[in-house]
Amino acid sequence: MSASKAAPGTAPAAARRSRRISPASLARWETLLVLLLVALIIAGTRLSKVFLTGNNFANLTSSVMEVAIMALPMTLIIITGDIDLSVESMVGLAGAVLGTLMVAGLPLPVAIPIVLVVGALGGLLNGLLVTRGGLPALVVTLGTLALFRGLANVILGPTVISVWPDWFTEFGFGTIAKSPIPYTLVAFAILVVVFWLVTHGTWLGRQVFAIGKSKAAARYSGVPVASLRTWLFVVSGAVAALAGIILAARFSSARNDNGTGMTLTVVTVVLLGGVDINGGKGSIPGVVLAVFVLAVLQNVLRLAGVSSEYQGIGVGLLLILSVIVPQLARQTRVVADRARRGRRPPAGPVTQGETTALS
Amino acid sequence: MAASATPGTRSGPGVVGRITGGLGRSRELTLVALMVVMAAVVTVGAPQFLSASNLGQVTAMAAIIAIAASGEAMVVMTKNIDMSVESVIGLVAFLVGVILRSGDLPVPAAWLVGIGVGLLLGMINGAVISAFRIPAIVVTLGTLSIFRGIVFILAGGKEVNLGDLPPGYADLATDTILGIPVFVLVAVVIVSAVGLMLWKTRFGRQVYAVGSNAEAAAILGIRSRLVTFAVFALAGALGGIAGVMWGIYFGTIYATSASGLVLQIVAAVVVGGVSISGGSGTVVGAALGALFLALINNALLVLQLPQELLQAIYGAVILVAVSADAVLSRRHRLGAREARR
Repeated sequence: MSASKAAPGTAPAAARRSRRISPASLARWETLLVLLLVALIIAGTRLSKVFLTGNNFANLTSSVMEVAIMALPMTLIIITGDIDLSVESMVGLAGAVLGTLMVAGLPLPVAIPIVLVVGALGGLLNGLLVTRGGLPALVVTLGTLALFRGLANVILGPTVISVWPDWFTEFGFGTIAKSPIPYTLVAFAILVVVFWLVTHGTWLGRQVFAIGKSKAAARYSGVPVASLRTWLFVVSGAVAALAGIILAARFSSARNDNGTGMTLTVVTVVLLGGVDINGGKGSIPGVVLAVFVLAVLQNVLRLAGVSSEYQGIGVGLLLILSVIVPQLARQTRVVADRARRGRRPPAGPVTQGETTALS
Repeated sequence: MAASATPGTRSGPGVVGRITGGLGRSRELTLVALMVVMAAVVTVGAPQFLSASNLGQVTAMAAIIAIAASGEAMVVMTKNIDMSVESVIGLVAFLVGVILRSGDLPVPAAWLVGIGVGLLLGMINGAVISAFRIPAIVVTLGTLSIFRGIVFILAGGKEVNLGDLPPGYADLATDTILGIPVFVLVAVVIVSAVGLMLWKTRFGRQVYAVGSNAEAAAILGIRSRLVTFAVFALAGALGGIAGVMWGIYFGTIYATSASGLVLQIVAAVVVGGVSISGGSGTVVGAALGALFLALINNALLVLQLPQELLQAIYGAVILVAVSADAVLSRRHRLGAREARR
């Protein structure tokens, strides 16, 4: 990751530091998350004897696994400077298609790949409109947020499909051979390894960061910007469909409103994980840590008797704070720089970050 | 926006190009034409479409969306977005209901409190966005969830019922003055006021300037962060008005009321011709967009088509509208380049 941002050697070190979060400070962000996680775990153990049981661990992890796996492609999409708001509706659409195919008599091992293809096609629609149509990802995925949910409504109507094969629901909330490790956690772990390796160990990952820093510069250096961005949306759609399958299995139900509100949580996890909303910076380990911070936080709140309806306030605050804190740190660093050197610093992310929501 | 006002396409595209270009340039006219055609087709299939009671229902809901959409349109003109507006509407509708149920305040005072709370919520959005220079999408996604959480706390698991409200309260939604529904009059007055402000005042021009080129605006001495703050505050107040009207229209208000409404509001804005890349569009367009969506909604109802289609149609409308914008503006740019040669 750090290899991709070799700064021009002529720039003074101080200026370089003010221009971006250095790997050292990213590490500090991740340290912060670890500390937060430890604090939450201590609070949890104080709060209830149930907290440290294997059963509770299985509960708290499996309850966020859909969000967790969707956060992985979302991380890369946000690093390239795009966003995918449509994932929660793809969760609903995937469940609707899967349930309908099953009721129509198709065995699940055949239906599941079809649903994944549906997810990939939905992502392809997003990607093509964004890259070939030249439209902002925010508005395109807002449109498909409505469109995919609408298709789920059309397919299912008010029907709830709640009869599933045992092995399928077992995959949704069961654990491996009486251990406290849910099957879905294993699926997440496999995806984490793949995304970690690709993002931080291959040329593909370096190209993703390059796009996020400057699309023009990336294009001039031969990065296939449009097709890579399109592929990320395809992956995001397919992974969201997988999340929809897992959710249907965990609740053993397919309803047209499955997954409503999940996009907010996915974006929160990604930004809490230290990914820069303006693109170009972020890491998979940070996002994985953020997944567990969120899981433990929700669990602790529930043990403290806070109902899930109120937890939306916590998630919303967490989202805003995880953007304000690094922004504040950056602004104070710029001010400190200015004071130390007695002149204006070069234009950095502080001015870049202004009102770019739709661009 | 500035470019579309120049009629200097002397050696421009042919007749067809000029007509489509003209339609593209006046989204308001395109929408009116579309609505006339749609109304004609629907009336053939279901004559009750043109009945006064049916049109009253269409326009009442369109009025609520139009008011919220005129606020959202201003936000989008500055190249931002407000996802939280549906929670503002839900929170204000519920709060006004709770105040009226308690009977502590007279009705107009309760409305003022509701609009004031809307303004306050909008100011919170605007303050966080402009003070910390964070993208509006992040902040308003967060407050979408936070404001809704506050409604849940306020509700404590109970809804506000029509029976809790003063007698005759819900009739306001269907009352008319000189045959025109009160809701429509309110919407016309508010949308005209906002439109005039954007068109004629210094602040209005600043809104367009910030959205079309923030750097140039800064060089001209426009304080773009202040403009952004003001636009979000206004959008909050307009959301508050829409929330008060929502409460009157439905009477019974749940903690989840108006959930998902933001998609309809954004759809109204983009179909109304407000460019998502900022700096162009009109609130009249956004209001017509709201009416257009309400007509589609009602057409499904009177033609007895499945209501489940609605959400998918909103999504398709958003995608088609932004794609059409992109195609038209690209063609217009090319045309302007040709003309300059």
